[in-house]
Amino acid sequence: MAPPASSAAEPIVQFTRVSKHFGDFRAVNDISFDIRKGEFFSLLGPSGCGKTTTLRLLAGFEQPDTDGGTVKIAGEVVNTRRPYERQIGMVFQNYAIFPHLSVERNVAFGLEQHKVPAAEIPGRVTQALEMVRLDPGQYAKRMPNQLSGGQRQRVALARALVLRPAILLLDEPLGAIDLKLRKEMQLELKALNKNLGLTFVYVTHDQEEALTMSDRIAVMDHGIIAQLGSPAEIYENPRTAYVARFIGESNFLGGTATRQGGAWQVASPNGAFIIPDAPGLAEGATVQIAVRPEWMDIFPVDHCPSGENAVPGTVREVIYLGETMHVIVTLGDGTDCTVAVRNEGQLIKPLPWKKGDRAAVSWLPEDCQVLEQA
Amino acid sequence: MNLRQRILGFYHTRKDATAWTLLAPGVLWLVVFFLAPILIMLGYSVMPRGLFTPVKAGFTLEHYQRFFDPLYLQILWRTFAWSLGATVICLLMGYPLAYLIARSWKWRNLLMFLVVLPFWTSFLVRTFAMIFLMRDTGLINATLISLGLITEPIPLLYTPFAVMVGLVYGFLPFMVLPIYASLEKLDLSLLEAAEVLGARPWARFVRVTFPLSLPGVVAGALLVFIPALGSFLTSDLLGGAKQVMIGNLIQNQFSAARNWPFGSAASFIVMALVLVAVVWYLRIRDTAPGGAEAK
Repeated sequence: MAPPASSAAEPIVQFTRVSKHFGDFRAVNDISFDIRKGEFFSLLGPSGCGKTTTLRLLAGFEQPDTDGGTVKIAGEVVNTRRPYERQIGMVFQNYAIFPHLSVERNVAFGLEQHKVPAAEIPGRVTQALEMVRLDPGQYAKRMPNQLSGGQRQRVALARALVLRPAILLLDEPLGAIDLKLRKEMQLELKALNKNLGLTFVYVTHDQEEALTMSDRIAVMDHGIIAQLGSPAEIYENPRTAYVARFIGESNFLGGTATRQGGAWQVASPNGAFIIPDAPGLAEGATVQIAVRPEWMDIFPVDHCPSGENAVPGTVREVIYLGETMHVIVTLGDGTDCTVAVRNEGQLIKPLPWKKGDRAAVSWLPEDCQVLEQA
Repeated sequence: MNLRQRILGFYHTRKDATAWTLLAPGVLWLVVFFLAPILIMLGYSVMPRGLFTPVKAGFTLEHYQRFFDPLYLQILWRTFAWSLGATVICLLMGYPLAYLIARSWKWRNLLMFLVVLPFWTSFLVRTFAMIFLMRDTGLINATLISLGLITEPIPLLYTPFAVMVGLVYGFLPFMVLPIYASLEKLDLSLLEAAEVLGARPWARFVRVTFPLSLPGVVAGALLVFIPALGSFLTSDLLGGAKQVMIGNLIQNQFSAARNWPFGSAASFIVMALVLVAVVWYLRIRDTAPGGAEAK
């Protein structure tokens, strides 16, 4: 029997040392993580990073390697359990709407398979369609090929939600719809997650999407989880260069560390700068840091505010992005450093920088992230 | 303007001229070798027999009336039943075959090649090969006798069984090919969606796979049923004189019996049956799940 009703803190999904090989290819490599009940959890990474395989392991389409790793749902090991024996719903990348069934028959499919009394089905179908804001009167009888991409998306969602699954898996569901609708759907999905109290597991390669919707994000890289945390943790404290590079933009600087009081000084080819204390730092060690463009500033050389790190270079390019301006500065060793400056109106108050100017980029020591060596 | 420019100019201004030019050879071919003979046969079928010529001037429906003799109706009924039987057996054997081939990713091209391989020899040769298998001293009886399972050869050849074996053997690929085509393009995520919605393998097949392969099934059924209805070689060689099909009757009217008007009338009756089958197919295709667009 299932263990007694779990508390909110107990994870609904537990991966413990799970691996998955396809022939010689290791799609998922010894990963362990928990998903909490009711949270919006994203698996984020580029294609081939193992995020979809992880989702498929959870859905039951793939079975983990038999090396002792376990996938648990609500405390029960489900390694070899078929998808129809799990309490899950799924929205597929291409929606996978049954082309031969009308909208209402698509939504009713799962109810029929679960032997829900026939009298109950129409009501629940209507309810599910309303939940995803598809007018049942207008759309219930339509065939899938009479629907737009966005509407199919909603049908797929209704079809999964109508079964009231414990966990809803979403495999890049917003990839194929246009930007404006995508933004709208992001907010709707987030609202559904909170209103229904369902656990959402969301696979995406779009970092912005993951940051917008997730409670927690697992950034994946070559079959492992590079970092797991809240959007703010991932964005503001990326642990590795991979994460810093994948989520948002970052400038990377590196050199040799020497202790200086409570902090460390780094001697780099571009000049020395100060970094805060971080675990794993040692006298003479090579360190790499990441600084977000918006946490940097640009000043004439030798005019930086005191207390900030400053590294000199030459302006290579000034890019107009609307909300912000990017000034790209080539540093002494030839690397580029991007500084994001708020656009205060280029017609009224243009930026005083142009290509070829000498300038210094600056940042506060605490605004840099000391990266773990991969 | 030179000729080339004038021709190009003509096609540029008359867009439909390009389509007609491309269609012309095919249309011409069908008019000469299909439409004209059909009309000639239609004419023959309503003309009286001549004494020294196939037909003579006049109009009569006697050939059609003659066909409704119990003897001929029995042949028609037998032809219909055997064709339907061959279609059903081909479906029962061909569907699992097509399904397994479509699911064997690595080998599917090789397996489809094997399905089509018999076409490399003529149908006549293959039918003769069946004689060598099924006659009293043939491979099947010889093997069974040498194994001591039987002492007397089982009569296989010149039975309805032999005709059915021949029809099924001859037309099976026509069932496998369209079913394979519809199963091969089946989106696998639909099967996964069904599974995650609670469908066990059998329910998944009944509710998703089979309905979506129905256009292939119907196409395969027609591709077996129609040629079976008109076949005469199989029943002639494997069925002997007793197991006559409508095709044999018609062939006989045009050759030995030299009764062209009656042969023409019988042909039109078979054509009418085929037409009914095609209309049925078109209706299924247009309303079937996974078929042409829904209205």
